[in-house]
Amino acid sequence: MADQVDNSKKNQVKAFLVTGLLIFISFLYYKVSPYYMYVVAYIWFGFAYGMMLQYGRFCFASASRDLFAAGVPRMAVGILLALIFFSLVAAILTATNMTTFHAGPIGMHEFIGGLIFGVGMVLSGGCASGSLYKIGEGNGTSMLAIAGISFGQAIFADVGGVFNNFLPQSWVDTANAQTFIPKDKITAWFDYFLAGDVFHKPMITLDKTGLVSGMQGIMKYLLSDAIINTIIPALLLICTIYTFYIRKGFMKKRAKSGASTGLGAEMSGVWSMITASKRTSLMGVLIGITAGLHIFVLKGMQMKFGVTNFGNILTRLGHTADLSIHGTVFDPGYWYITTQEAQFGAWVLEKVGWNMHDNIYFGVSNGIPEPWRNPALWMSLGIIFGAMAMALLNKEFKFKLPKGELIAWGLFGGLFMGLGARVALGCNIGAFFIRVAGGDPGGWLFGVGMVGGAFVGVKFFNWWSERKMAKELEAF
Amino acid sequence: MAMKFEKTGEGTYLLDVCGYVCPHPQIYTKKSLEKVSEGEVVQVVLDNPSSVETIAQMCDQAGNEMLERKTEGGKIYLRIKKG
Repeated sequence: MADQVDNSKKNQVKAFLVTGLLIFISFLYYKVSPYYMYVVAYIWFGFAYGMMLQYGRFCFASASRDLFAAGVPRMAVGILLALIFFSLVAAILTATNMTTFHAGPIGMHEFIGGLIFGVGMVLSGGCASGSLYKIGEGNGTSMLAIAGISFGQAIFADVGGVFNNFLPQSWVDTANAQTFIPKDKITAWFDYFLAGDVFHKPMITLDKTGLVSGMQGIMKYLLSDAIINTIIPALLLICTIYTFYIRKGFMKKRAKSGASTGLGAEMSGVWSMITASKRTSLMGVLIGITAGLHIFVLKGMQMKFGVTNFGNILTRLGHTADLSIHGTVFDPGYWYITTQEAQFGAWVLEKVGWNMHDNIYFGVSNGIPEPWRNPALWMSLGIIFGAMAMALLNKEFKFKLPKGELIAWGLFGGLFMGLGARVALGCNIGAFFIRVAGGDPGGWLFGVGMVGGAFVGVKFFNWWSERKMAKELEAF
Repeated sequence: MAMKFEKTGEGTYLLDVCGYVCPHPQIYTKKSLEKVSEGEVVQVVLDNPSSVETIAQMCDQAGNEMLERKTEGGKIYLRIKKG
């Protein structure tokens, strides 16, 4: 008992040390330049996400995987609740011109990317954001997954050569005919994919379609982006999950206890499903609201500093080597994972002599800033530290080196997620969560692909674990 | 590291999935509960906190009873009676 109290106190001290370290780093940034408060905002939103993700065990891989593998809907419901609340805040921000959100190119690449990503997240045991929070719990497999995401994306974005033989001629012709990207930046397979195909696809949010052309003011955005694009599909999905996974068992229990059936009973069933895991559902609501606040704060800082991208600030501070040829760096202005990890991978590869600037992804669009001047990378570190503080407070931090088969699952899962994220131009957050709630219907294409990929991954793991169980049962 | 599933007594089993991360602990727990008979007890030992929430809800939905849930020395011990 005395040992437990002692350990609890030690964990609390460690959690305060982690938090104190980030406060100290924030103070240092402010002392170097008040402009770096922009980075500090990313750090602390990351920290908040990390705490909430860990507390709610909030992982997009878990949403479809646990549904298919164990029939447990808690995470799917949590994500849908987060989407509903985030979409409401996002619509208000769009209506008041306080948003940093922009839609992505819509097309089948989102579905295909989602499919590859979905397989990867089941293999590695966590999605892009889930892997970050699990690193904060001391999970070594998730570290390998993030390494796979980082280097997988960086290499995929820069590899040409023999892979360019597999390019559709139409992409090559279109890429060569365009004039807005320097030709020396179109070298990799991914460059032709972007300049020859994806960049020419439409970018849609429902508020800009004819659907609500006659409407004005905030209702226009609430109806189109929030209600039609997000809330109605999310509620339909909640009802579908209830019908296929919960209803039968719930009604059986009610019948046993002699309780009534009917619409009221069905509503009770849906509510019991939502509240079955209070911590996940509560964190879903909080994450949704925080993601909206994040956009609001970043937009406010952009207005305060008179910039539209953190690259403007780096230019003022003289760090031009960090920038893309357009003077920008990756600065989403909202919750995002994967591109900052790709930048880190590219930064490491450049240190060992690889030229990572001769492509569109890094050279033209995102730049490769030094890691300590990369705002989005700080957000990822914030997630890790936030999750670590929460895990320590809950006595759930344990450093676990990956062993045996987990090494392969972590690395290959990460590589699949990296590949999928590049094909779809985003991950479970950037290509799904943010886009859907922002009114971009293309986000659902990624979501459907991601769920399909997770289904394939679960089928594989079911087969794999059944084999291992059979071996164990031989001894009975 | 290897998953271990063994009979420890009359109607009692041990599933040790320490070292494993999601989704392995929840999948092995589900499969081990499918292998035992109604009324028998499976003790699950794991060290992946993210799996516990899913296992708890899985038991609730399937009518299995969580008899005990404790954390000691970084490991989580669950005793589940098949319903």
